[in-house]
Amino acid sequence: MNGKQLIARRVAREIQPGSLVNLGIGLPTMVAQYVPEEDNVFFQSENGIIGSGGLPDGMENTSLSDAGGGMIGALPGAAAFDSAFSFGLIRGGHLDMTVLGGLQVDSQGRLANWIIPGERVPGMGGAMDLVTSARKVIVAMIHTAKGTAKIVEKLNLPMTSDRRVDLIITELAVIRPSEQGLILEEVAPGVNAAQVQDQTEAKLIVSDSVTTMELKPT
Amino acid sequence: MKKTTSVTHAVEAIPQEASIMIGGFMGVGTPEHLIDEMVRQHKGGLTVIANDTARPGVGIGKLIDARLVKHVTASHIGTNPETQRQMIAEELTVELVPQGTLVEQIRCGGFGLGGVLTPTAVGTLAAEGKRILEIEGKQFLLELPLKADFALIKAQQCDYFGNLQYRLTAQNFNPVMAMAAATVFVEAVELVPVGCIAPDDVHTPGTLVDYIVKTGVAA
Repeated sequence: MNGKQLIARRVAREIQPGSLVNLGIGLPTMVAQYVPEEDNVFFQSENGIIGSGGLPDGMENTSLSDAGGGMIGALPGAAAFDSAFSFGLIRGGHLDMTVLGGLQVDSQGRLANWIIPGERVPGMGGAMDLVTSARKVIVAMIHTAKGTAKIVEKLNLPMTSDRRVDLIITELAVIRPSEQGLILEEVAPGVNAAQVQDQTEAKLIVSDSVTTMELKPT
Repeated sequence: MKKTTSVTHAVEAIPQEASIMIGGFMGVGTPEHLIDEMVRQHKGGLTVIANDTARPGVGIGKLIDARLVKHVTASHIGTNPETQRQMIAEELTVELVPQGTLVEQIRCGGFGLGGVLTPTAVGTLAAEGKRILEIEGKQFLLELPLKADFALIKAQQCDYFGNLQYRLTAQNFNPVMAMAAATVFVEAVELVPVGCIAPDDVHTPGTLVDYIVKTGVAA
């Protein structure tokens, strides 16, 4: 199991049966494979579908893709709609959860994930809408960028939203941003709190009841 | 009867430096025949409003490759390195807008609204220069309507009145754009006789469509 799989399996435990969930491109997309079918979780893709699913080989439809432009399938009971409706679902508070990748999160729990000025300018796509208005926002990311801290005291990249995210899940830890600061709640198997702090620029508040991460079975 | 036209004639009606809304999301739901003809006729200096610029060689990416675009308003250009290269080289300008805001600005343009209030982007770089209004204790950005001279729309089915039905995620920005442009061109996968699309299944009424572009595929 690599770090990304560990993160995906921990994130999957946050997903409630029957909920409507939007998974970002990349690592967050991996979460779906650890959500059991019997949970009846509905995945939204913001380009216009609820009920996206895995794609059987050779069944590509040129009119059906995910938010990254990759070909997907639709499950029985899926619903398709236009972009105005899709973002109405997001802004209107109808989306239970979004899982996104991150470039940085700061001590106030604010996320930056859409631009590195002067270097990489992909754009925000749907991220600003998702982070601002989803009922629950989980940042799923590798803890550092090749050793450089991503969980920082203060963002030095432009933020995605002034909303405080609900949970940060990395291959080392589960961290809950709060009014008081970043609370370390869980550590990955074989990792201790001091090791997590070592890889984190922002000061962590170590919860009295730090536990070891439990993972969704494969 | 709605005016059907060839791709060549349709694009001849578009002047250089036009402002154009183009449907599609990463090329899915983008009218590729119209794009190809825009490239062939070398319609340059365009202002393009679209969700993204797809990839090089795909959808709107073909207009970028051919250096026909001087300004893009989009939510995302990350999948097209050529758009980013031209932006950095100052060959084109890009305005990045949150996706939900972009679609609402276009909707406002087409629905006769003076703007929309959204909580998205408050406090961020994308809010610069925009008015903030406080409604019941919560802050919102005032986002103004967007319109264009032309819309290039892709539908699954189109009848000879121009009634449109979209398919799956190829719908995306197409229906709002069909409302927000002065002249609307439609390219459909299937051109079908009037009556083939049941009234309940019409997503965009034919009265909004100015020209149906024949691509040689008819049902």
